[in-house]
Amino acid sequence: MSDALLEVRGLSKHFPSRAGLFRRAKGSVRAVDGVDFTIRRGETLGLVGESGCGKTTTGRCVLQLERPTHGRILFEGTDISELSQRDLRQMRRRMQVIFQDPYSSLNPRMTVGEILAEPIKVHGIISDPAKRQARVRQLLEEVGLLPQHARRYPHQLSGGQRQRVGIARALAMEPSLIVCDEPVSALDVSIQAQIINLLEDLQTRLGLTYLFIAHDLSVVRHISDRVAVMYLGKIVELADRQALYEDPLHPYTRALLSAVPIPDPKLEAKRERMVLRGEVPSSLNPPSGCVFHPRCPIAVDRCSAEIPPLREIKPGHWAACHLA
Amino acid sequence: MATLLDVRNLKTTFATGAGPVRAVDGVSWDVEEGETVALVGESGCGKSVSALSIMRLIDAPAGRIEAGEVIYKGRDLLKLSEEEMRHVRGREIGMIFQEPMTSLNPVLTIGRQLTEGLEIHVKLDPAAARARAIELLGLVGIADGERRLAQYPHQFSGGMRQRMMIAMALACNPSLVLADEPTTALDVTIQAQILELMRSLSKRLGVAMLIITHNLGVVARYADRVNVMYAGRIIERATAAELYANPRHPYTLGLLHSVPRLDEPRRARLHPIDGQPPDLSRLPPGCAFAPRCSYRVARCDAESPVLTQAGPGGHVAACWESVRLVRKAAA
Repeated sequence: MSDALLEVRGLSKHFPSRAGLFRRAKGSVRAVDGVDFTIRRGETLGLVGESGCGKTTTGRCVLQLERPTHGRILFEGTDISELSQRDLRQMRRRMQVIFQDPYSSLNPRMTVGEILAEPIKVHGIISDPAKRQARVRQLLEEVGLLPQHARRYPHQLSGGQRQRVGIARALAMEPSLIVCDEPVSALDVSIQAQIINLLEDLQTRLGLTYLFIAHDLSVVRHISDRVAVMYLGKIVELADRQALYEDPLHPYTRALLSAVPIPDPKLEAKRERMVLRGEVPSSLNPPSGCVFHPRCPIAVDRCSAEIPPLREIKPGHWAACHLA
Repeated sequence: MATLLDVRNLKTTFATGAGPVRAVDGVSWDVEEGETVALVGESGCGKSVSALSIMRLIDAPAGRIEAGEVIYKGRDLLKLSEEEMRHVRGREIGMIFQEPMTSLNPVLTIGRQLTEGLEIHVKLDPAAARARAIELLGLVGIADGERRLAQYPHQFSGGMRQRMMIAMALACNPSLVLADEPTTALDVTIQAQILELMRSLSKRLGVAMLIITHNLGVVARYADRVNVMYAGRIIERATAAELYANPRHPYTLGLLHSVPRLDEPRRARLHPIDGQPPDLSRLPPGCAFAPRCSYRVARCDAESPVLTQAGPGGHVAACWESVRLVRKAAA
């Protein structure tokens, strides 16, 4: 077996777009349109892009929360899109998710202890109640909470503490892959760093693999080993962290990086901004050729006619641009 | 330059189930003509309540402005009648909020929402108001104004709605615009468009701006002076250049250290601020930041520090130990 934990091949997810009185299908929204990537065991792949680029839908397809329209998802060597419901349930234990807003994903009527014990019981991981309680305490400690937090309700916790509970719940299933969907973007700046450090510690300690979905490019650079940039349902660039941030090859990646303000007035005063024209087009009716061409500062005639494939331009550094 | 807005010892309290909470606890700050000032801090620090208090938009009876003065062009806004205050809100001070969809009226056309203020506050006739509305849309980069005026807010994208909010805020030639997290709900590339637009308009039209944000990057690029808030108080104030080069409060220093930066080599580990954000209904007796502070000494638990001079250009900080602070190099 290779060291690949997750392989995504030609993944597409189209949603029917309905309009009119009888909600008839009028074409489809290509939320994800032919995406390929691999995540190696123990690494973190960052998936960045702006709202509507398909990063969250990609994560949901990986988790089989959405059935892909096309494509294959291989997890630990097995094509999970072909599994029966029962086998899928077993497989799902091995892939967990952490959401952006822990408050809406935690049951407000259950104590933290119950929230953590329930999946351990339902999935038959530990059937003995006393041992289950011991495991809950261990999970709380693992994410930096105290034993007395088990008796609290989600509303009695701060945002950062709730996200720690969300992480503990994912760990309860002993997963190998965790899809982190904007795990820190709802948190205050001073708390974000606490949660990022925790995710990194857990990865080292438990050998976890992360698909880290986020829009904050500074956070993604910090936590990822490799990074994929998405735009309108497609991956436009994929490379090692350092190559992507120091030598971005796609003009969209360059624009994204230049749009991030840096907390240093002296540097900012000298910095030229590459401000993109216009807005992200609708994925119901994407532009011809390269989907980025209407906003691209360097587009040529060919870009509106021909779809650029994702090519390996330097070893391990892929970009979908005719001019790269 | 002359002082345009002078906020003195403002106190705003909310009644909650856990007793009264002082969301804004005696803050003083000012904005000069044409200047961009930032209020920075995390959720619950009192930055938005400060702006709402100035505009007298605090919901009674739960919320109440207890004390203070808000001197705008020589008049105390807290002493104006409701009628006079409406005029200030419509004409003299513009407002931009985080989520434009909730501050635009969904059943009125873009045109109506732009022209209403012009007809009421500037007394333009309908034709002149319409011409001015098209001009305003052009100013904020919305082409084809004639057609756009007949559209409704839901037909605009998020970025366009925020442009529309800016056009509305500028409609009556205000001398001050309050912008509360103006780009937080927008994508990075659209954020850059909107912030560059706001900056160029403020320079061109000589409008002063108060930007309320949690984003230290936004502040660095767009603010002349910065007020950092924590638990309802201003804990540090300086010019942007001075604040970032020479932070003199452990909280400011902690915020700057906790964010990963694209311009610096990647750090092995981030340096978070320990502990949890403060609970305003149960603040400690001394410095509110003390429980999370790595510079804490005995005095911090007993006495609440006041703003004292900490550097050049009006740099002040509220910390007993500010002389001990050193800006760590990125490790």
